[in-house]
Amino acid sequence: MAVLPPGVSQRDFSAAIAQFQSAVGKDWVFTSDPDVALYRDAYSPAWGQAEERLASAAVAPDSTEQVQQIVRTANIYKIPLFPISTGKNLGYGGSAPNLSGSVVVDLKRMNRILEVDDVRHYALVEPGVAYFDLYRHIQEKKLNVWIDTPDPGWGSVMGNALDHGVGYTTSQFRNHFDAHCGMEVVLANGEVMRTGLGAVPGSKTWQDYKYGFGPTVDGLFAQGNYGIVTKMGIWLMPAPEAYTSGTVSVAKHDDLIRLVEMVNYLENLGISNGMPGFGFALGAGGGRGGPGVQPDAQLAALLGREGGPDIAELERYAAANNRAFWTCRLQFYGPKTVVAAQWEYAKSRLAAIPGSRATDGPSYDFPLTPEQLARVQQVAFGVPNMSIFSIGARTERNPTPSSGHVWFSPIIPRTGEGILESQKVLWQAGRDAGIPFNRFAMPATYYSRAFIYIIGIPITRNVETDRKNRDGFRQLIKVAAEHGWVEYRTAPLYQDNVMDTYSFNNHALRRFCETMKEAVDPNGIMAPGRSGIWSKRHPRARA
Amino acid sequence: MRITFSLVFGLVVLLWAGGASAQEAALQKGKQVYDYWCATCHGEGPGKPGTTALAAKYKESGLPGLLEARTNLTPQSVRFFIRNGASIMPFFRKTEVSDADVDAIAAYLTRPKPAAPPVAPQAVRP
Ligand SMILES: Cc1cc2nc3c(=O)[nH]c(=O)nc-3n(C[C@H](O)[C@H](O)[C@H](O)COP(=O)(O)OP(=O)(O)OC[C@H]3O[C@@H](n4cnc5c(N)ncnc54)[C@H](O)[C@@H]3O)c2cc1C
Repeated sequence: MAVLPPGVSQRDFSAAIAQFQSAVGKDWVFTSDPDVALYRDAYSPAWGQAEERLASAAVAPDSTEQVQQIVRTANIYKIPLFPISTGKNLGYGGSAPNLSGSVVVDLKRMNRILEVDDVRHYALVEPGVAYFDLYRHIQEKKLNVWIDTPDPGWGSVMGNALDHGVGYTTSQFRNHFDAHCGMEVVLANGEVMRTGLGAVPGSKTWQDYKYGFGPTVDGLFAQGNYGIVTKMGIWLMPAPEAYTSGTVSVAKHDDLIRLVEMVNYLENLGISNGMPGFGFALGAGGGRGGPGVQPDAQLAALLGREGGPDIAELERYAAANNRAFWTCRLQFYGPKTVVAAQWEYAKSRLAAIPGSRATDGPSYDFPLTPEQLARVQQVAFGVPNMSIFSIGARTERNPTPSSGHVWFSPIIPRTGEGILESQKVLWQAGRDAGIPFNRFAMPATYYSRAFIYIIGIPITRNVETDRKNRDGFRQLIKVAAEHGWVEYRTAPLYQDNVMDTYSFNNHALRRFCETMKEAVDPNGIMAPGRSGIWSKRHPRARA
Repeated sequence: MRITFSLVFGLVVLLWAGGASAQEAALQKGKQVYDYWCATCHGEGPGKPGTTALAAKYKESGLPGLLEARTNLTPQSVRFFIRNGASIMPFFRKTEVSDADVDAIAAYLTRPKPAAPPVAPQAVRP
């Protein structure tokens, strides 16, 4: 046995394991070293190092009642638990706990799709339901709804939403926690609670009306450590009739300011309901705005200039070569005539930016044919897949694949000024921290009211490089926060650092959360340390 | 998807024609688990990073990138990669792929390879 929960004797641990076994069956309690090793974070930034967070065991219940029994046992023996739904949180912690020695409560076996309603457009699912499962269920039953899926299709509807995960279709559905409606939760004392209208016996609207009456507590269970969610409702999108898209490009560096302003207008008014993609048009990949062009020797020299590219020189290059500086791809979902009109209106409005150009993009009638589906970015059409795992993987051009990546993902304001300033500051911070990245990295637009950078820092499993990258990551968190940009989500290794940046009024937010924690979880058994929230039994280890 | 359909179809025909032996049932199970857990990365066609990565890895040696087309896999190597991962492919927990599932995948991938069955089209929504 590699690691025990802190402060728990071997005798108590063994007694707890025996009770877990009688709750879920011997086959579903994992204690051997090779079995427990499968709960390591495969993308750990500290693989094999003292900082790596390791489980002591894992237990896999099949029902809410079994989860309750596990929680009651944990209270008797003061065993810290760490719930996962499908445990695929790669880049943000995988299936490993915050506190070493925690017992992972692996909810993968609870994988029932309890309801899909294609009239009121929602689903009710258990934790282990993967996006692939929900998609297949809808296909098989020929239901008239789409799901909104993140890039990796193997993650769970619930775990993704609970870590504030995101997807790619329309603005109402991309923010997965926002699209959830109603939860069932096993609290830290083992009691079952239902939120919203689920608290009303015989309610007919648990998955339709979020708030119920009085305080809305659902947020406590997302990135929180107050309970184990065992059921969750999620709103689905009625299958649309058609899709169209187009790209607008602008010529000058500062044109980005008006471009973002106008796209915000179109998006917030519901005219462009798909995910916009801003791109740096002189980059090889084009950012998120569409395919770019491999730079010629002159452009490569300008981009690689010592001390960073000179904006005026890049503008001159763009003008001389009839190239744009920035692009934005817009997407529209709905009735065919309506999406066509929406794109026409967007074009007319964006034409107000001098030198801007609009190009029509692909349009589709649904359902897509298999040939169309093979060509498109499938997640934009609610089709789960795994193609994103080409990032860092071996290809002919990348003969030395990484061992994964952690995401540096600060939230920045949804303005052109916000992008321009953060690109400059974060690029310099990355260089100072020894983890250089693209000078013109573009933020993602999953969330419809703020931009978020998603910058992958590779995991090498080289002790020295990964140590340097951990220091660098922490430095990036600090520099970003000094400018008002903070992480929306992060791996356990960095959660204390991120919570430290939410420091208004002497960390009032964290102190409030920890006060609640003591009240509802006096034994500190529920995911100690999740999001930097600790307890008297498990205080934060300060370096 | 096309592979899924055609191979399952092939196996069903096999079972129907020859009677369900335990070995055939095991292969069918292996195919099922493989399709669910592996084919999303290691299948055929675009957007399959596992197949792309293996094609790049074995470019010189001429081994196929597609695991289902390999003839030199052993049950041990299949088990090793499922439980240990490789570069960006993580390992799989027993609640995802049980030991019995690993055996079934291994049996499926190391089976004597039949001639390619006919491909049947399949409707895809949306
Ligand atoms: C290449 C790549 C691309 C990615 N792209 C995206 C993307 O497009 N969008 C995106 O959002 N993410 C993305 N991710 C991150 C991650 O893989 C997904 O968010 C994934 O869905 C999270 O894993 P999961 O669903 O298995 O959640 P889990 O790992 O099961 O859960 C995540 C966390 O939520 C908490 N939790 C889970 N279940 C419960 C419960 N029942 N009760 C209480 N707390 C719980 C735990 O703290 C847990 O650690 C990407 C990762 C990689 C490597």
